[in-house]
Amino acid sequence: MKRAGFANPWLPVLLLLPQLTIICLFFYWPAWQAVRSSFFLEDPFGFGETFVGLQNYTRLLDSTQYMKNAWFTLWFSAVVTALSLGIALLLAVKADSVLRGARTYRTLLMWVYAVAPPVAGFIALIVFNQRWGPLTEFFAQFGWEIRIRLEYFDTAFAMIVASVWKQVPVNFIFFLSGLQSIPPAVREAAMIDNRSAVSRFWTVTFPLLAPTGFFLLIINITYSLFDTFGMIDTILRNNPGDQPVTLVYQVYLDGFRGQDIGGSSAQSVVLMVLVLALTVFQFRLVERRIHYT
Amino acid sequence: MARVALDRVRKVYRNGFEAVKPASFEIADGEFLVLVGPSGCGKSTLLRMVAGLEDITEGSLSINGREVNGVDPAERDIAMVFQNYALYPHMTVRRNIAYGLKNRGMAKDRIAAKVQEAARMLNLTEHLDRKPSQLSGGQRQRVAMGRAIVRDPALFLFDEPLSNLDAKLRNQMRIEVKALQRRLGVTSIYVTHDQVEAMTMADRIIVLNAGRIEQIGTPSEIYHSPASVFVASFMGAPPMNLMRGAIETGAVRLSDGTALMQAPAGRGGAVTLGIRPEDVHVGEGPADFDVALVEELGAHRLLHGEVAGQPFTAHVLKDSPLGPGRHRIGLPAGALSLFDPDTGVRL
Repeated sequence: MKRAGFANPWLPVLLLLPQLTIICLFFYWPAWQAVRSSFFLEDPFGFGETFVGLQNYTRLLDSTQYMKNAWFTLWFSAVVTALSLGIALLLAVKADSVLRGARTYRTLLMWVYAVAPPVAGFIALIVFNQRWGPLTEFFAQFGWEIRIRLEYFDTAFAMIVASVWKQVPVNFIFFLSGLQSIPPAVREAAMIDNRSAVSRFWTVTFPLLAPTGFFLLIINITYSLFDTFGMIDTILRNNPGDQPVTLVYQVYLDGFRGQDIGGSSAQSVVLMVLVLALTVFQFRLVERRIHYT
Repeated sequence: MARVALDRVRKVYRNGFEAVKPASFEIADGEFLVLVGPSGCGKSTLLRMVAGLEDITEGSLSINGREVNGVDPAERDIAMVFQNYALYPHMTVRRNIAYGLKNRGMAKDRIAAKVQEAARMLNLTEHLDRKPSQLSGGQRQRVAMGRAIVRDPALFLFDEPLSNLDAKLRNQMRIEVKALQRRLGVTSIYVTHDQVEAMTMADRIIVLNAGRIEQIGTPSEIYHSPASVFVASFMGAPPMNLMRGAIETGAVRLSDGTALMQAPAGRGGAVTLGIRPEDVHVGEGPADFDVALVEELGAHRLLHGEVAGQPFTAHVLKDSPLGPGRHRIGLPAGALSLFDPDTGVRL
């Protein structure tokens, strides 16, 4: 690493100041506030607060509603991540072998990327509309009457479909560029060494995509946990009732609707710890990542 | 071991470009055949059609009498060595070499034995547990060779395998590859743009130009009696001297009228004369050679200049006292090649 010297020791501090100010103002300070508030019970009208220690946290563990939503978040995240990665990989492999009009296919597949999460939620409301939604009609043919925002499972299903649909293009772009960076001669050598295209995919192509895959795995877990908020809010129309919500949405509900600042802060801290764990996991992986050159 | 036969094999790409014009030839069992030509001449396309990596537009390709046009590359009993090695970067050397055997369902202990044997043959034994990225270019090339030889294929295909190596290593590997092929006796097709590689390695050479076969022959035939002006100028360094000349009044003459030899019967008019620089007798003879430059190559010297107003190069021994100036030269009739000036074909 090259070491640069500064004549004035305050110059680097000055240069870093704008960035540091932004981080402190919009990240460390709110984070600290959240940690602090999680130990207090706050009056909803701001007339004072009482120190309650870990009570806000124990309250979370005792809440059946919170645990139910935690489980929902866990499997929602797992299903969304698995489906987004799987479908994107399949599409990328297929698009990679398209010879004619490849550019058109790719552009069409990437379009959805530009759709904002709340818009994705709105589109989900349309396609799953109880009276005339095309997907509702489609599943009705198999005897499944979808009633989103009424049936717990149906709502979860719509949320997953919308989240996956929105995330597939991002994964698709990464997987496709990953596929295209595999030297053609390596694939050809594999064609001579191995007759089965399926086995070739799992023994040569897939391992060479692994670095891309690890990276996308983290991105997708983060997405399904946090970035689905707008979409979920649109689908629930601010009125969750007993419908499924993710933990991030629960934070919003308890904090802004329920005015339970302490409980909501405790939930935020739980999420922060989760993100921290994910980050550590990712850095460990990045460090150990194998470089194929 | 295999005999390979191509019968009017042709390749036309979807954009209408004819990469290989109908080509027919046979390769004998155990023969080392080199396809040589400038880039874009269709030599790699031809090799890739034999490998099955490229569809054959027309014609028939057979290995040991069996037509293999539609046969999967993995089922053709071939092994290929690629220009950039094409090793599997995520596998160790051992797994790279074993991959083709494993997919063919060979027993584990037999695979291990074969990998050991190939590694010993190629001096790779201590590198077996390394990844390709930890190896040098020459070692990677050996792994690629190892991957080919463990398979005991009927046919080896080489696609410019040495062109990524530096000059010294290339010369060394050239000898190793050739020796290995001799020892194993496997029929081989070797593609290169390097005419030295072609001359030194081949049992037989096929010279390709713009998708067409210019000449098929042993290195000596190709060198001494090139079938066309293209072959004459492509093979050999420095290339054959080519000059405008004519057949007039019963003699083959240079453009300044100097008679070189008796004219062949039934021929007249303009011709292209060709002679290898080392076949020129410098010092005495009917023609004048204006030497402008002497190129010192250590083992010998090259004199560059003009004969009858056209560029000319002659080869002299290292102790030759000749320097710049006018010298007499003789062009022996037996060493002269005559070509049609319009078609470039040997007369």
